[in-house]
Amino acid sequence: MADEQNHEQNKAEPKNIEIRVRRQDGPGSEASWEEFSLPWKAQHNVISLLMAIQAAPVNAAGQPTRPVVWDCNCLEEVCGACTMIVNGRVRQACTALADELEQPIQLEPMSKFPVLRDLSVDRSRMFEKLKEVHAWVQLDGSHDLGPGPRQSAANQEQTYAFSRCMTCGCCLEACPQYNDDSDFMGASALGQVFLFNLNPIGAVQSEERLETIMGLGGLSDCGNAQNCVAACPKDIPLTKAIASLGRDVTVKSLRDLLGR
Amino acid sequence: MAEQRLIVVGGGLAGLMATIKIAEAGVGVDLFSVVPVKRSHSVCAQGGINAAVNLKGEGDSPAIHFDDTVYGGDFLANQTPVRSMCDKAPEIIYLLDRMGVPFSRTPEGNLDFRRFGGTKHHRTAFAGATTGQQLLYALDEQVRRYEAEGLVRKFENWEFLSAVVNEAGTCTGITALDLLSMQIEVFEAPSVLLATGGPGIVYGRSTNSMVNTGTAAAAAYQQGATYANGEFIQVHPTAIPGQDKLRLISESVRGEGGRLWTMRDGKPWYFLEEWYPAYGNLVPRDIASRAIHKVVFEHGIKIDDQNCVYLDVTHLDPDMLTRKLGGVLEIYEKFMGVDPRFTPMKVFPAVHYSMGGLWVDAEQKTDIPGLFAAGECEYQYHGANRLGANSLLSCIYGGMIVGPNMLARSAETAGEGGSAAADEKARMENRFAGLRSMDGTENAYALWNELGDWMTRNVTVERHNDRLKETDDKLQELMERWQNIGMNDHGQRANQELSFTNQLWNMLELARVITLGALARDESRGAHFKPDFPERDDENFLKTTKATWAADGPQLDYEDVDTEHIVPRARVYNVDIR
Ligand SMILES: Cc1cc2nc3c(=O)[nH]c(=O)nc-3n(C[C@H](O)[C@H](O)[C@H](O)COP(=O)(O)OP(=O)(O)OC[C@H]3O[C@@H](n4cnc5c(N)ncnc54)[C@H](O)[C@@H]3O)c2cc1C
Repeated sequence: MADEQNHEQNKAEPKNIEIRVRRQDGPGSEASWEEFSLPWKAQHNVISLLMAIQAAPVNAAGQPTRPVVWDCNCLEEVCGACTMIVNGRVRQACTALADELEQPIQLEPMSKFPVLRDLSVDRSRMFEKLKEVHAWVQLDGSHDLGPGPRQSAANQEQTYAFSRCMTCGCCLEACPQYNDDSDFMGASALGQVFLFNLNPIGAVQSEERLETIMGLGGLSDCGNAQNCVAACPKDIPLTKAIASLGRDVTVKSLRDLLGR
Repeated sequence: MAEQRLIVVGGGLAGLMATIKIAEAGVGVDLFSVVPVKRSHSVCAQGGINAAVNLKGEGDSPAIHFDDTVYGGDFLANQTPVRSMCDKAPEIIYLLDRMGVPFSRTPEGNLDFRRFGGTKHHRTAFAGATTGQQLLYALDEQVRRYEAEGLVRKFENWEFLSAVVNEAGTCTGITALDLLSMQIEVFEAPSVLLATGGPGIVYGRSTNSMVNTGTAAAAAYQQGATYANGEFIQVHPTAIPGQDKLRLISESVRGEGGRLWTMRDGKPWYFLEEWYPAYGNLVPRDIASRAIHKVVFEHGIKIDDQNCVYLDVTHLDPDMLTRKLGGVLEIYEKFMGVDPRFTPMKVFPAVHYSMGGLWVDAEQKTDIPGLFAAGECEYQYHGANRLGANSLLSCIYGGMIVGPNMLARSAETAGEGGSAAADEKARMENRFAGLRSMDGTENAYALWNELGDWMTRNVTVERHNDRLKETDDKLQELMERWQNIGMNDHGQRANQELSFTNQLWNMLELARVITLGALARDESRGAHFKPDFPERDDENFLKTTKATWAADGPQLDYEDVDTEHIVPRARVYNVDIR
C-alpha cells in the first residue's frame, strides 16, 4: 500500500535523486568519486538510497558497479554507527533526509579515522580512549547489594545528557585538535569523565579519572574551538564538561602540589 | 592447565550480562559481535524495563508481574522460568541503578516508574526515552572494565557462522568470519553462548536494527538446534513508515497518556477506549495491532488516503513530554518533520519482536550440549505475546543465569574437539568459496526485498492458511533463485555483499520455520491470529512448537507447556476479570 502511494507521487514529481559517493577499496588504495541517479521516492534518507544501490548496483553512467560499503545499524540515531560526511558536514546518515539535502548529495567517509572501505572507517581508537579514562562505575560486584543511592531529578537529567553519547565520532571529526599528529583524546572521552565523576558511586574514583586526563593528549590539548558542541547530534553540552573538568584539574593540581 | 576461556556471541544486553557474570568469576571471555557491542540493537529500546518494585504504593508485586506476563503471553510460556524472572526483576533494577544507569527520578529522588501495556501498575523503570541505550551502555562499561583487565577479549566486526559440533553431538566452539579480512577462523571453548538477538530483518523493513537477521540462530537450527514457537512474531501497533526502516513510536507514549484515534463521521473515534474500556490504550500489542487493522481495513478508515491512525499526545503537558518522552518524540520530529507535541502522529503497525527463538531449558541450554542461548534469540519468557518492557528484563535475566550455568558446565567434562574444529572450518571455507564464485543473475538484496514483502503481507497480523501455503511456496522459489545469485562485489576485504548473501540463506530457512509453524497452528493465540480459527484451542495447541531442520523443510513437533502455577483462563481486556 505504501508503495502504491509512492508510485502516485512519482508520477506527479518525476525527478531523480543525484548522489556522489567517494569510493575507496581499502586503506592504501586511491579514492575516486562515483555518481548515482535514483528515482525519487517519498521519505528517502541517505541509508535507503544506499540500500537502493545495493539492490541494483548501477552507476549514473549506466555501468554495473559494486554496492557501497558503509556502517549502519539502528537507523534511528541511537547507535552511532552510520556517521559520515554528508554534503560536507559530519552527521548520521540515517537522519539525513533526501528531500532536505542539496543535490548531488555528496557522501564521504570521516577524515579523522582510517578508511576501511568506501564510507566505512575504523573508530576503535575512540573505544580505546574510554578504557584509558576508566569510563565506568567501579562496582563491588553484580550480586544483590540493594538499591543504589537516591538521586535528585536534576542530577539525573544532567548525567542523562552525557550518557547519550553514542561514540559516533562527530565531535572528533569537527575538532581541529584531533588529528594524526596529536594524541588528543577529544571531547567524547572527556564528556565521559565528567559523566562518571558526576555519578554518586562513580565519584569515588574521580581523582583517578582526573589523572587520566591530566597528561599528554588530555584536557590541556583542547583548543577551545567549540566545534564539538556544534557537531554533536545529541546536543551534549561538551564544552560545559570541559570547562568544569578544567576547574577540577586545577584544584587537583594545587592539592597535589601541596601534598593535599 | 591452559587458560580457560568461554565464548559469548552477541554483545546486546543478554551477551554483555553473561560476559560480566563469567568475567566476575575470573574466567576469560571471547566476545564476538557483528557491530561494536556498544552499537548493538538493544540501544533501540525506548520505553523501559519492568520490575515490580512497588514504589508507587499500588500493591504491585512480582506475583502480579508474573501473572500479567503469563496472561499477556496467552499461557504459552513455561511458567516456572517466567516466575523466577519476575522474582529477580527488582534486584536487577537495583543492580542497573548501581551501575550508573540514569534512571528517571521522582521528586523524592526515588526511581520513577511508568505504565506500559497489559498491566494496571506503574512497573516500568525508564531512563528518559532511551532506556535500552542506557542499560546497554552500563553493561558495556562494566565489560570494558574487564576488557581493560585482560579478562575479556572482544572480536568486534566478527560474524558467527556456525557452531563446531563434535561426533558426540557436543558443541566445542564456533567458526567466525572476520568482516574486514573476510577470513574464517575457528575458536574452541567448553561452552558457547548465542545472544544474537531477534530476526526482524527477515521481514525486510521492521522496527529492528539491520544486524537483526537471525542468522546465528538460523545457522544453529540448521546444525540441529531446535527452534521453538517461530510463528509468534510481535507486530507493534505504533510505528512510522520509512524506506529503510519502520521506526517505532514506543508504547511508553501511551503509558504516559497518549491516545489512539481516527476520524469517523467527522468526529475523533477513540476505538481502543471504546472497545477495551478496562485497559483502553494500554491493551497488549497484539490486540492494539489487530484493532488498528480492523479500523483501517474492515472499517476502511484511512487518513489522507494513508493506512494509519493517530497517536495523540497534544493534550499532555509539553514540558512533561520533553522530559519523559523526549527521545521518542524527537525521532518522529526528525524523520517526519512535525512536532508531535502539537500535531498528532500518524502511525501504523510494524514487525517488532520475535517471541520465538532457539529452544532452551530453564538453564538456557539449547539441545546441543555446550551451546547456550539467551536474549531475544531464544523463546522462553514471553509465550504467544510479549508485554512491553519485559524484553530488556528477560535479556538481562537470561544473561545473568546463563553465565554461571556456562561456568558450571565447563567445570564438568567438556566435549573433546577431535577433528571437528578443522572439519567445520573447512566446511565454512568451502561454503564461502562457493559464495564468492556465484555468477548468476539474481541480486541478494533484491531477493531480500521480495522476502520481506511476502512475509510482511502474509505472516503478520492476520494469517490465512491458503496465503501461508503460498508464502511457503514462494520461500522455496526464493531458495532456488538464491542459488542463481550473482556477486557484484569481488573485493577481498569488508565485502558486505558476501556476508549478506550467506545471511540471506539463513533468513530464508528461518522464514520457513515461521511460516510453516503458523500454517500448522490452527487456532488464535496472542500474536498468532487466524480469522478462520478465531479461538484459542488449549486442547490441541497449549503446546510449544518445536521445529527441527531437515533437508526437505522444517519438521514440527509439539511439547506441553508448564502451567504449574496459574491455571489457563480466557484472555480478555475489555473488562476486569481479576
Ligand atoms: C525499536 C525497539 C524498541 C524496543 N523497546 C523496548 C523496550 O522499551 N523495552 C523492552 O523490554 N524491550 C524493547 N524492545 C525489545 C528489545 O530491545 C530487544 O528484544 C533486546 O534489546 C534484545 O537484546 P539481545 O541482547 O537479545 O540482543 P541485541 O541487542 O539485538 O544484540 C544482538 C547482538 O548479537 C550480535 N550478533 C548478531 N548476529 C551475530 C552473528 N552472526 N555473529 C556475531 N554477533 C552477532 C550483534 O552484533 C549484537 O551485539 C525494543 C525493540 C525495538 C526494535
